[in-house]
Amino acid sequence: MTINTLSQDGVQRQQMPCLTKMERMIISMQDPDMGIKLRNQRLLITVIPHKCSISDEEALHVGQLFVKYGYIYPLKEPRNLILKADDSSYRFQTPYYWMSTRWPASELDYAIYLAKKNIRKQGELIEYEKECYNALHKRINHTWDFVVMQAREQLRASKQRRKGDRIVLECQEQAYWLVNRPPVSPEHYKLTTLTKNTIIEHNRISLARNRVKSSICLESYVKYCEQYQPHDPIMQGCLPSNPWITDDIMFWNMNSETVALPTKLRVERWSFSFMELLNDQMGRKEFLTYLEKEFSAENLCFWQACEDVRHGETAKIPEKVDEVYKQFLAPGASRWVNIDSKTMEKTLEGLKRPHRFVLDDAQMHIYFLMKKDSYPRYLKSELYKNLLARAIVPQETKKSVFPFMRRQRHSSPSPALATQTAEDDGKAKDESR
Amino acid sequence: MACQGLAKGETTNTLKAESESLKAKLEEERAKLHDVELHQVAEKIDALGQFVMKTRRTLKGHGNKVLCMDWCRDKRRIVSSSQDGKVIVWDAYTTNKEHAVTMPCTWVMACAYAPSGCAVACGGLDNKCSVYPLSLDKNENLAAKKKSVAMHTNYLSSCSFTNSDMQILTSSGDGTCALWDVESGQLLQSFHGHSADVLSLDLAPSETGNTFVSGGCDKKANVWDMRSGQNVQSFETHESDINNVKYYPSGDAFATGSDDATCRLYDLRADREVAIYSKDSIIFGASSVDFSLSGRLLFAGYNDYTINVWDVLKGTRVAILFGHENRVSTVRVSPDGTAFCSGSWDNTLRIWA
Repeated sequence: MTINTLSQDGVQRQQMPCLTKMERMIISMQDPDMGIKLRNQRLLITVIPHKCSISDEEALHVGQLFVKYGYIYPLKEPRNLILKADDSSYRFQTPYYWMSTRWPASELDYAIYLAKKNIRKQGELIEYEKECYNALHKRINHTWDFVVMQAREQLRASKQRRKGDRIVLECQEQAYWLVNRPPVSPEHYKLTTLTKNTIIEHNRISLARNRVKSSICLESYVKYCEQYQPHDPIMQGCLPSNPWITDDIMFWNMNSETVALPTKLRVERWSFSFMELLNDQMGRKEFLTYLEKEFSAENLCFWQACEDVRHGETAKIPEKVDEVYKQFLAPGASRWVNIDSKTMEKTLEGLKRPHRFVLDDAQMHIYFLMKKDSYPRYLKSELYKNLLARAIVPQETKKSVFPFMRRQRHSSPSPALATQTAEDDGKAKDESR
Repeated sequence: MACQGLAKGETTNTLKAESESLKAKLEEERAKLHDVELHQVAEKIDALGQFVMKTRRTLKGHGNKVLCMDWCRDKRRIVSSSQDGKVIVWDAYTTNKEHAVTMPCTWVMACAYAPSGCAVACGGLDNKCSVYPLSLDKNENLAAKKKSVAMHTNYLSSCSFTNSDMQILTSSGDGTCALWDVESGQLLQSFHGHSADVLSLDLAPSETGNTFVSGGCDKKANVWDMRSGQNVQSFETHESDINNVKYYPSGDAFATGSDDATCRLYDLRADREVAIYSKDSIIFGASSVDFSLSGRLLFAGYNDYTINVWDVLKGTRVAILFGHENRVSTVRVSPDGTAFCSGSWDNTLRIWA
């Protein structure tokens, strides 16, 4: 649910007072004594009455608005609704077709207009008009007989008028519809086709995607839930107790970053996946110790440095990447990492123009190397097994003899204090009983 | 009046037809590999026993509707934002307020805690996302050090820090998501593809950490590659706005909560919807969803003031939690899974365990 409340209608309704003002001006412009000089124009063999041209430059801007809203329409290029400060001809639109009198332009009238055009000369409708015609045909199909009938009637009636009048009326009607149903601009057309093309491309790529059978995917959820259930405090509780329920923060203390001996559950969790091991600061430290024994600690350090580049400040990227190169990638570097030649080449090439993701391929390579090789061996190592054996299984907190007496809730140092020494450490806040 | 962009003989109608037929083919392909339903696979698992969860803390202090909240990585602090423009940082365990910021706008719909715990980000009707470093000096005005990071052309609906304090991912009512560098405020990547307001986003807990999912008023949930800005997967089965999206802990699936009163689970490898969590008696939309640590439970907050707890595998509801006196706007499980927090239009937040 969005909170946007602007509607299209609001915009239109605001324009009505402007239209009234414009109309007052238009009427005074046509005043025979004070208004603009009108000239008769000889056009081929017919005489078109009431033509005028605007030469006053100050009025150009107001004139533009008149044309935009259809009070005046150009004769030479009817589809180009702008006012030019030259000798080109314009004509006043009849009040019948003014915006205020005939707003909103009805679908039915537009359908009749298009039908007339279609009947008069097959193929006279241009592309966007054809589309509108088809869309309307679909939308108001139930009255289509009426539309065609009206169109034929109007055409017949117009044939009986004088040619001069007929041309003027046709111009007026065309001008009206050009204002109220503006042609879709080529850019907009391009945009809609562009969007449609992207959707089609997207769908084609989706079709080509490799999918996995549902049974395999769903089984994996069952396995995951089973594996993690003992670690889910809401599902199975936690030892010694859930701090929120018993007001005892032992659970958090025993699982903090810097505790001397971790809990058994925590150490077990490192064996679930490589990511679990790396996500736990203590696990990472243990793993580093193991790698040092194996003389491959530079892999983990390299991976950490790459993470720092990827997630760090944009401004510091070039210098960080440079550091990484000097320490890990340069020939003869102190902590040289063993990457395959293809990846190394690609990375070195990319280092010429360092960006956030330039080390991605190399980082990925080292990550999977550790995951497939060092990680499984770590889990089988004495280091890990010893830790697991020594790890604590906390005792469940004995339920308080007087359960209604709430324990003191101790506050903890805020992480924002990271740089300062804890001043508020251990300040007990007494809750009123 | 040339129609550029179209090949010979094509019109927008033919393009539309092609698009529709491709969509139909896509659904066919997806259905081919769907050989079993989730609840069938879950038949062999034991049903969950009696479920008891109570409100353990009530945080009172906001003067108006609570719209969003986020947990700190220290597992006990939270930040919450409300309609009256206030953003409060609490120690939820002691219920003490530690910091308060007054935003220059109302309807602060998005707030997030930085991974380091040293800053919070928030935004809403100001179309921006601002980062406030948290200072412990009582006399210091937090608003003084504020950093304006994101700029959208419509309201900010959701924000989240990526793996560090240095980058923020935002979603907005202008239909786009964007990735920003906090220090410089530079736009690093923008994500276009939604055709209406984007209401929510969530980062994938994957090894490579490169994707996120977003859901919006166009009923679509899109998965994006953060590096290229491409929309890599798209799901459209909801019948109304998607209010919230959240990844399953393994990162292979995500859940959505929508105004059509259902929550759904989508699998990324099978590339389809695999479960619907709904009941005839649930009529109002779900505003927010989150998984328990193991992914077995889905907590969903609804506009009918309740929180429903779903068994993700079996598809059944295991509990309904009453307590809030108005719409539940946000539900988040704590980082270690010991509790979850709900924020509501009744101006309070509750911690349940």
